[in-house]
Amino acid sequence: MITAGCDVGSLTSKAVILKDGRILKTAIIKSRPKPADSAVEVMNQALSQAGLSMGDISSCVGTGYGRDRIPFVSDTATEIACHGRGAHWLVPSARTVIDIGGQDCKAIRLDAGGGMLKFTANDKCASGTGRFLEVMARLLGIELSEIGGMSAESKSPITLASACTVWAQADVIQHLNNRVPVADIAAGINNAMAARMAIIVNGIGCERDVVMTGGVAKNAGVVAALEKMLGLRIKRISRSDPQLAGAIGAALIAVDREKGGAA
Amino acid sequence: MIVAGCDIGSLTAKAVIMENGQIASSAVIRAKPAPEDSAREVMELALSSMKASPGDISKCVGTGYGRKHIPFVNAVESEIVCHARGAVWQVPTARTVIDIGGQDAKAIRVDESGGVVRFVYNDKCASGTGRFLEIISDALDIRLEDLGDIASKSEKRITLSNQCVVFAETEIISLVNEGAEIPDIIRALHSAVANRAASLARGIVVENDVVMTGGVARNSGMFAALGAALGVSLKSVDNPQINGALGAALIAADTA
Repeated sequence: MITAGCDVGSLTSKAVILKDGRILKTAIIKSRPKPADSAVEVMNQALSQAGLSMGDISSCVGTGYGRDRIPFVSDTATEIACHGRGAHWLVPSARTVIDIGGQDCKAIRLDAGGGMLKFTANDKCASGTGRFLEVMARLLGIELSEIGGMSAESKSPITLASACTVWAQADVIQHLNNRVPVADIAAGINNAMAARMAIIVNGIGCERDVVMTGGVAKNAGVVAALEKMLGLRIKRISRSDPQLAGAIGAALIAVDREKGGAA
Repeated sequence: MIVAGCDIGSLTAKAVIMENGQIASSAVIRAKPAPEDSAREVMELALSSMKASPGDISKCVGTGYGRKHIPFVNAVESEIVCHARGAVWQVPTARTVIDIGGQDAKAIRVDESGGVVRFVYNDKCASGTGRFLEIISDALDIRLEDLGDIASKSEKRITLSNQCVVFAETEIISLVNEGAEIPDIIRALHSAVANRAASLARGIVVENDVVMTGGVARNSGMFAALGAALGVSLKSVDNPQINGALGAALIAADTA
């Protein structure tokens, strides 16, 4: 059985093709203005790498911000459901999943079977979401992927005066004008990001093992700062790219639903 | 007796000079990077327009964000106290003062003598402050002072779904790309800022009469939106932007 998951986020779109419980191919692209275009492009990329066509996919589940506008899906599932399912598959011992999206931040508590116990999400405020880091990287004139590594180079990280993305920008500009090393500013930004995430995660109670999904999981500076704030080690995802967790979960849910339908 | 108040805000600096209980002169300038410079310049401007010199002022009180850096003041007072005092002097029936500044918003309940009963303050989140209006007017290349007139041309009510300034900016750009009319967008922007300020104000229980102070009150669209958001008929003050400096001058007169 070949299934697919398509996760159309605000910043990136992801596709995963699963065959008999194994990841066959994956793709990640920057999202286009129209979710339908993102979905078609990312899915075609994964399909062509796998040497497959849409007809070979028995079912495809869509998720993410743009899930209701994906033309080819058989079904949709919430991001919370997909991230929970994907994280459990990637790290079966995971009991707390922290997912940072391009414009939200979610924390999900799972039981031993991967079932969702509770969750919390912030999508009201840009602080603590991928958008915060995106705005800051642009301000520093560096790539989003570069900001995470800079914490390690910093000897004295700055402290941002405000969690608000708008006020923090003014603060960062002032530090840049005062010729504070960019690494120290980047480290301060990573710490501020982690501090905001820690508040959200602590809201539902953090239980081991803790995993992080989404693109920010690849930001070493944020992960290290968050570990310090939570006082525990975050289990690394090695089986696949943490950014793909939602799409993997969607593809697994496609399998579940097919099996459920057949039974 | 001549007294003065000087209010150094994040965006503008204001000075008020009072002579025998009346406003003799006032000035508003854009704030400079150094608060000392803003203070000197705005006070010189106010003094020169009434042909007075610094030596004529018997007492000066400073307030605002940069109040600790004003070189010539005799005393400083918090913005809350100054806004309360200024608002009740301008509108004696005022019992709630809502002040929207460039980087904060305050709601103050006041008594009949201009004393502070209780207050609430937001400087943690840019939403509900003048900065929200600034960022969007910049993005749309509209002058801040034109927002009110533009909003008055709105024919269709639209609502922003985001409260966060960062997310709202993206939403507004999408609305523009989708062909929404600018006046409708600006009216929606005013409502978003007003709703946020109104929910702050409800925290202290809004009591009539309600006055709006701060530079944002000069925007007729914001004035209308805040009244609608609170469901009250807002009282206007003649000089919303200099209200804090006026309060400072009144406090200077008390102790001169």
